[in-house]
Amino acid sequence: MSPLPASAALALGDDALVLSHRLGEWAGYAPVLEEELALANISLDLLGQARILLSLVGDEDELAYLREERAFRNLQLVEQPRGDFAHTIARQLYFSSYQRLLYEELARGDDALAELASKAVKEVAYHRDHAEHWTLRLGDGTAESHQRMQQGLNALWRYTDEVFEPIEGLSVDWPTLRERWTEQIAHVLQQATLTMPSGPQGDAWTAGGGRQGVHTEPFGRMLAEMQHLHRSHPGAAW
Amino acid sequence: MTTMTPDAGTQDEAAHEARFNATVAADERIEPRDWMPDAYRASLVRQIAQHAHSEIIGMQPEANWITRAPSLRRKAILIAKVQDEAGHGLYLYSAAETLGTGRDELLDRLHTGRQRYSSIFNYPTLTWADVGAVGWLVDGAAITNQVPLCRCSYGPYARAMVRICKEESFHQRQGYELLLALSQGTEAQHAMAQDAVNRWWWPSLMMFGPPDDESGHSTQSMAWRIKRHSNDELRQRFVDICVPQAKSLGLTLPDPDLSWDEEREHHTFGPIDWEEFREVLRGNGPCNEQRISQRRTAHEEGAWVREAAAEYAAKQVQQQRHTREEDIA
Repeated sequence: MSPLPASAALALGDDALVLSHRLGEWAGYAPVLEEELALANISLDLLGQARILLSLVGDEDELAYLREERAFRNLQLVEQPRGDFAHTIARQLYFSSYQRLLYEELARGDDALAELASKAVKEVAYHRDHAEHWTLRLGDGTAESHQRMQQGLNALWRYTDEVFEPIEGLSVDWPTLRERWTEQIAHVLQQATLTMPSGPQGDAWTAGGGRQGVHTEPFGRMLAEMQHLHRSHPGAAW
Repeated sequence: MTTMTPDAGTQDEAAHEARFNATVAADERIEPRDWMPDAYRASLVRQIAQHAHSEIIGMQPEANWITRAPSLRRKAILIAKVQDEAGHGLYLYSAAETLGTGRDELLDRLHTGRQRYSSIFNYPTLTWADVGAVGWLVDGAAITNQVPLCRCSYGPYARAMVRICKEESFHQRQGYELLLALSQGTEAQHAMAQDAVNRWWWPSLMMFGPPDDESGHSTQSMAWRIKRHSNDELRQRFVDICVPQAKSLGLTLPDPDLSWDEEREHHTFGPIDWEEFREVLRGNGPCNEQRISQRRTAHEEGAWVREAAAEYAAKQVQQQRHTREEDIA
């Protein structure tokens, strides 16, 4: 079994950690009780994945709480503020579709990630289902929900290009992954009576750089909140 | 519906009541389709709904710390706990619904202030240690209150409580363990733990409700075997459990009058500030306004989502009907 490069574990771990945090912001604010449960559940699954991945690299808490913004390797997509429910669902649809395809492929591999991926893929499939069903309900629900869902999809589209940027140390067929992802998203959106946003292959500006530690402005504030207590008590155990 | 003469109706009513009383007296369970006195039904709806509301509002003071939890392990525990609380809310609303009042109506009563939730959740969580104090003291008090409810005369409520109590006692141990880690940690962490216990101790004692001689619903609830013990009995039991636990935590309880009474074999404790309790119930606690307004905001901002789900479901039904008609044709 070949060892997993730290760069890959860090990239995937940071994605899970940051998205988990953003979903945690919904606690107490969800539109129905069932969604309090579902969003917390997904947040918890992702946090579990993050803890395993970060532990492959070093101490999970040191990595989560003591790195600065420029050292995080997560996608810009996952660090976006939660927005309204449609915004969150759009982010979940884009990310969970990617994560499922990626983990399915990684589960077939022979490195340290294969075992983790084959366990996580079951959780991720559930996250994907959740996002897909809400995309259908919101897209094909009322005029307002349709409009909000379309807005969420459009607003986050520019963050989907970097999702397929190859991660150092992972042997993944990225162009095929992108193709399958695009097909799947197009299929869900069509069923949901929504329109596929234009780009990222088009001429619209696309975001990128998360994997190199270049993030968006809201991310620094998110880390300030997340790390504040831990940093206030250097060396303390919790 | 059967038609009967008024006389037969009265006789019937008396027979129902006799059967109801016999069931309760034999410590058996009343089930949703059984006859029950209107006042029993109303009293249960009130109690179960307020219990459900407490779970939902109770998510707020703890969720307040999810994004700031100081380690990933603690963060995972906290998210799981808040998730459990939403689940408890769901069980309890379902139990209340077996009595004929829908969840929407109950939530509306919460949002418009016609029904209450536990007074304790009107206190703020100001430091991380508060998350531990809430687990140890607030969940501890809740368990003391709720374990006897596992034998409550109304079956659906009793069964919900069995499931809830298992999870609550787990949360309580987690809260205790969190405080222990702080108490044995750095000086600043120890001080944080002590400060949290100082602020949560008295409000936790108030969770058992007014003293027995002022408790309006108690006598009837005990006669119906909804309640098993009086407020003061449960409060005493809680104090007796907490004193040794505080000692092993290495923390003190903020009550100079606290002492062991050899004769009663109970701890004697100082007077509770019932004026503060009444103020909090009147809506004048530190967070009453904030808690209910967040709940209302979440509900209002989520309206379009619920409407979309309903509309989508209606469309699906229509489509299925259409497909079936086509199949038949």
